Amino acid sequence: MTNKDCAPFPNPELTAAAAADFLTRMLMIRRAELKIEELYPLEQMKTPVHLSLGQEAVSAGVCMHLNRDDAVFSNHRSHGHYLAKGGSLKELIAELYCRETGCSKGRGGSMHVIAKDAGHWGSSSIVAGATPHAVGAALAFQMQKKNAVAVCFLGDGACEQGVFFESMNWAALKKVPVVFVIENNFYSVSSHISVREVNEFLYKRAWAFDIPSFRVDGMNPLDVYASAAEAVEHARSGKGPFVVEYVLQRWRMHVGPGDPNAALYRAPEELQAGYQRDPIKEFVEHVLTAGILKEQEIAQISSRVDGEVEEAFVFAQNSPLPDGGDLAKFLFVD
Amino acid sequence: MPWTKLQVEREEPAFDENAGDNVRKLDFGTALLEAQDQALARDPRVFVMGQGVNDPNGAFGTTNALYKKYGLERVFDTPLNEESTIGIALGAAMAGMRPVVVHNRPDFLLMAMDQIVNHAAKWSYMFAGQVPLPVVIRSCVGRGWGSAAQHSQTVHGLFHHVPGLKIVLPSTAYDAKGLLISSIADNNPVLFFEQRWLYKHQSHVPEYVYAVPFGQAAVKRKGKDVTVVAVSHMVIESLRAADELAAEGIDVEVIDPRTIRPLDIETILASVRKTGRLVVADLAWTTGGFAAEVVAVVTERAFHGLKCAPRRVAFPDLPTPAGYTLEQAFYPGAKDIKKAVLEMVRPSEKV
Ligand SMILES: Cc1ncc(C[n+]2csc(CCOP(=O)(O)OP(=O)(O)O)c2C)c(N)n1
Ligand SMILES: [Mg+2]
Repeated sequence: MTNKDCAPFPNPELTAAAAADFLTRMLMIRRAELKIEELYPLEQMKTPVHLSLGQEAVSAGVCMHLNRDDAVFSNHRSHGHYLAKGGSLKELIAELYCRETGCSKGRGGSMHVIAKDAGHWGSSSIVAGATPHAVGAALAFQMQKKNAVAVCFLGDGACEQGVFFESMNWAALKKVPVVFVIENNFYSVSSHISVREVNEFLYKRAWAFDIPSFRVDGMNPLDVYASAAEAVEHARSGKGPFVVEYVLQRWRMHVGPGDPNAALYRAPEELQAGYQRDPIKEFVEHVLTAGILKEQEIAQISSRVDGEVEEAFVFAQNSPLPDGGDLAKFLFVD
Repeated sequence: MPWTKLQVEREEPAFDENAGDNVRKLDFGTALLEAQDQALARDPRVFVMGQGVNDPNGAFGTTNALYKKYGLERVFDTPLNEESTIGIALGAAMAGMRPVVVHNRPDFLLMAMDQIVNHAAKWSYMFAGQVPLPVVIRSCVGRGWGSAAQHSQTVHGLFHHVPGLKIVLPSTAYDAKGLLISSIADNNPVLFFEQRWLYKHQSHVPEYVYAVPFGQAAVKRKGKDVTVVAVSHMVIESLRAADELAAEGIDVEVIDPRTIRPLDIETILASVRKTGRLVVADLAWTTGGFAAEVVAVVTERAFHGLKCAPRRVAFPDLPTPAGYTLEQAFYPGAKDIKKAVLEMVRPSEKV
């Protein structure tokens, strides 16, 4: 990964409440996914899990600036987006266990999560498939004269899809309040961006459509927070779409726990100690040094999150499975 | 497109469903215009978009009057971005709008296959019915004047295979209006396939807003000898064939399902149990198409009611040719339906 071209941001002013909120969101993703990873080999979660470990700062930092009425659209790597936007942890874990109590009642699985009330509008596992949905929702907000914003999370691989270019064109043309959040972790499955693209600076794609954009260090939660504030505010104030490219490290393999084949597809420099920067560690160090939060407050957040994760797994494991007799339910909405 | 208009004027004699009745009549295109006009007037969530919807031609005259009345915010042109346009309609529907997307050719819908098949059709099921997607996708089949392989396809069969979509194929102006109203009122994605050759046909179209329900076939003509199930323009061809066959003493029942998903199979089965003979006239390829499906279901469920093997009258398994002599050989019509019926009813005679 390279930080080349990453825009610098002054450290944002964080209140204690905001810092605690941000940390809670990141930790929730981290701890939930570590638990998923731990229990996954038991083969009780029978759905492919794309872990966002390492990428927590982007989900959390962007959603910190969103209201309930703002819409988030996402992709196969959706747990972080869902949790950061306020989706129920219990319902997420129940969905991974394919239970009737899951957020999609066991019909969607890990790649199709939704938390309508919290403003996560559904994720598509067709790479870039949700990009036009975000533009459509933003277009509707504009027609309805709502002050809401649509945010679409997409990967570097998704930036290769034609529909993303079409969506940018539409967004710029109609000047709708949408933010495309590119999570550039440099990999599509195990294929490095260098074998897929001539230009790995994905924020430049927005230039063709006169959409403002920047590239940001996505492992730095403070930069994420500050940049997302700008991008979301731009869209919300009626100035049209924004594209943010976050440069990130995906800690695990594409799908499933661990990264057993890392040596076979990652570059040696990447494998050296230090390629795993930890956004949460960086954030905790910052808030402690800056005196925003105290050790004890952080410990409290941490144990509360652990408790919720524990509870969510118990809830999921004890939830009923969908009945085979209900197979045909939900093909259509009434 | 002006040349297909020319072709329609020249080749297709106008068809009047209720000739002579003292009632208001509209042609097919105007009926569609009226349906959209009334939907826009009564529901602020409805909007119409598509390539050229407000150009002077305005989707064959079915939309251009609308933007003048409702403004460019509710009736507007789109970029040549078929895939994202459908995706944008879906996103807007998720946000509570009721978009009508107009594609001037079904061929171009294939650019949006991903949004239609992977997204629209799956959204309700995948998210356990939490998200209504009231999106109508109109497209109009071209035919003749050398439109050829990429501008004359009928693709309802491709989408018919996919659960989660509603598929509408109106054949009359009355149904065009009532079915479009139903489509806009529906909370699920609807593919609405028009036929350019139907545009100048007219029928009685009431002025008020009415809905023709999905999944209810229309028995266009009662008969006891043979059941002909036909969609879209093939309904007209079947009625023509039935007229000619009546002159020969053969009594044909013509059924227009009007929607192929949902399909009113019960009306078809009841008819076949009565006549014992089935011809399905489709406006699409023979293999794996709607006609094949009807034949399969009838064979499964009314096998013992059949007096002879069912027949499909549909396109040959070939791309549409440009040349007019080849086009003539390509498109089945009344004479092919008539031939199929005669071969069933009088198998010993060579037709
Ligand atoms: C249209 C499409 N092509 C291929 C795939 C298979 N696939 C699933 S995820 C993925 C990688 C996507 O990479 P990226 O967009 O960078 O997201 P990341 O996995 O890195 O978060 C691929 C190729 C797919 N789901 N959809
Ligand atoms: Mg990637």
